[in-house]
Amino acid sequence: MTESGQHRRSLVRGTLALLVAAAAYEAMARSGYFAPALLPTLPAIGRTLFASLADGSMIEHAAFTLYRVMFGFALSVVVGLPLGILMARFQHVGNFFLPLVSALMPIPSFALVPLFMLWFGIGNLTTILIVFYAATFPMIFNTWSGVRSVNPIWLRAAGAMGASEHRLFWKVIIPGASPFIITGMRQAFLRAWIAVVGAEMIAASDWGLGWVIFDAKEFLNTDTMLASLIVIGITGFAFERFVFGSIERATVMRWGMMRAAKG
Amino acid sequence: MVPIEIRDVSLIYDTPGGKVPGVKDVTLNISASEFVCIVGPSGCGKSTLLNIVAGFLSPAAGEIRIGGKKVDGHGMDRGVVFQDFAQLFPWRTALGNVAFGLEMKGVPKDERERIAHEQLRLVKLEKFTASYPHHLSGGMQQRVAIARALAYNPAVLLMDEPFAALDALTRDDMQRLLADVWRETRKTVIYVTHNVSEAVYLADRVIVMTPHPGTVKAEIRIPLPRPRDPLSVEFLDFQKELLRHLGHGASASEPTKANGKTTA
Ligand SMILES: Nc1ncnc2c1ncn2[C@@H]1O[C@H](COP(=O)(O)OP(=O)(O)OP(=O)(O)O)[C@@H](O)[C@H]1O
Ligand SMILES: [Mg+2]
Repeated sequence: MTESGQHRRSLVRGTLALLVAAAAYEAMARSGYFAPALLPTLPAIGRTLFASLADGSMIEHAAFTLYRVMFGFALSVVVGLPLGILMARFQHVGNFFLPLVSALMPIPSFALVPLFMLWFGIGNLTTILIVFYAATFPMIFNTWSGVRSVNPIWLRAAGAMGASEHRLFWKVIIPGASPFIITGMRQAFLRAWIAVVGAEMIAASDWGLGWVIFDAKEFLNTDTMLASLIVIGITGFAFERFVFGSIERATVMRWGMMRAAKG
Repeated sequence: MVPIEIRDVSLIYDTPGGKVPGVKDVTLNISASEFVCIVGPSGCGKSTLLNIVAGFLSPAAGEIRIGGKKVDGHGMDRGVVFQDFAQLFPWRTALGNVAFGLEMKGVPKDERERIAHEQLRLVKLEKFTASYPHHLSGGMQQRVAIARALAYNPAVLLMDEPFAALDALTRDDMQRLLADVWRETRKTVIYVTHNVSEAVYLADRVIVMTPHPGTVKAEIRIPLPRPRDPLSVEFLDFQKELLRHLGHGASASEPTKANGKTTA
């Protein structure tokens, strides 16, 4: 089938790009211009990565980070989804929250870390709240746009078939807005993932990938830092691709409400 | 089945550019199981009238009674088919779309799927029950929409140019199919169209409307036996009569437009 052919081709292209980048890095690391302690070679990074995976420490750090991301992300969905819907459905709710949301959204979540540390201390609570802050706004905005773009003819048709306000909500508005809602979740997750590492650097103690990077600086462990970065990149990518990618394929793409890009 | 009484119905749209008359003083009595077509030039208020009967718009004056009961908002005694293919829910299969009204009524799953199957068979789509709308052609989607409007067994079927966006051949098939479905179900139907031949093919009675403001200009009974032959002399005579009504009294550009349609 052409679809799987396309899939394979994009896979090959992606692998090629990664290999080229890796080769360029390796050439730089071995050129002798940089101290090996600052720019470790790929095999050195690989050894550190493997060792930290083998003794379970890296997995434990990643698990902590993932826990904070998922908790904050879930919270952002639980708050952002209903709020976005209410803002779109009821004019006065929209009028009340829109200026608030617009004013809060541009504040980088990282800038709030010191403040949240003073309020909530060091540890999970602060990091989760930072993640929540970062992820909520894309969730709200996308849901808000999605609900407003639900085709009014669906609402009319459903109304003519006797749908109550409650049924309309679950059976028409949510699925009708689903392309936007899923996009909102994807963006929220990415924002969450970016935010967690920054928050962990300052506000986490002893656990989490962000903390590993920050801690490694003390001992000039650049290989550990880079190994963590690889784990951060791969985990974020895998989630975005496989979890949200499959949700998208199982819903909006299957329904023809969103299409895969060509070529 | 039930009769529809439309009595002195008027509606004026309030737009930023001023007041636009939608329909004015429309009175129309439709008997039970009658198939009525409304024709008229673009903007004469056909959709407005249909939306009032459907309960999506409330008239500024006058009233609508369906089976003697005054219309107030939309209700399940009426099934509606729109012109737009997008009316189907893309996230539901053909079967899921057709079962929607029954689901809202609280009919158990087995029962509503059985009925939905039956309705899809009636519009000759029994092989496509599991397909999502985006995998169906425009004509198939409109057939699903008809099945969906019939599934919860409303007494009245309201259709707003349901086949207008289809090619001529598909449209012919659809008209035949609709005539069959109507013969089997005997619903009271109001059917809006631009197309004179479509009106003569389907209707017991054709209502001609004129614009600015939208009023009923003429009523023509079509007593031809069914199925009708669009090439018969009587058929063409009725078509000519309708065209004459449409040409006369409409704006200068309308007769050529209406004529252009039927020569095609
Ligand atoms: N939502 C609206 N707001 C304001 N004016 C409207 C609206 N809908 C229709 N009108 C006006 O009311 C008049 C009748 O419109 P209507 O849609 O009922 O015409 P129609 O006969 O269905 O036309 P067509 O054959 O093009 O569908 C037109 O002059 C139109 O401009
Ligand atoms: Mg119209």
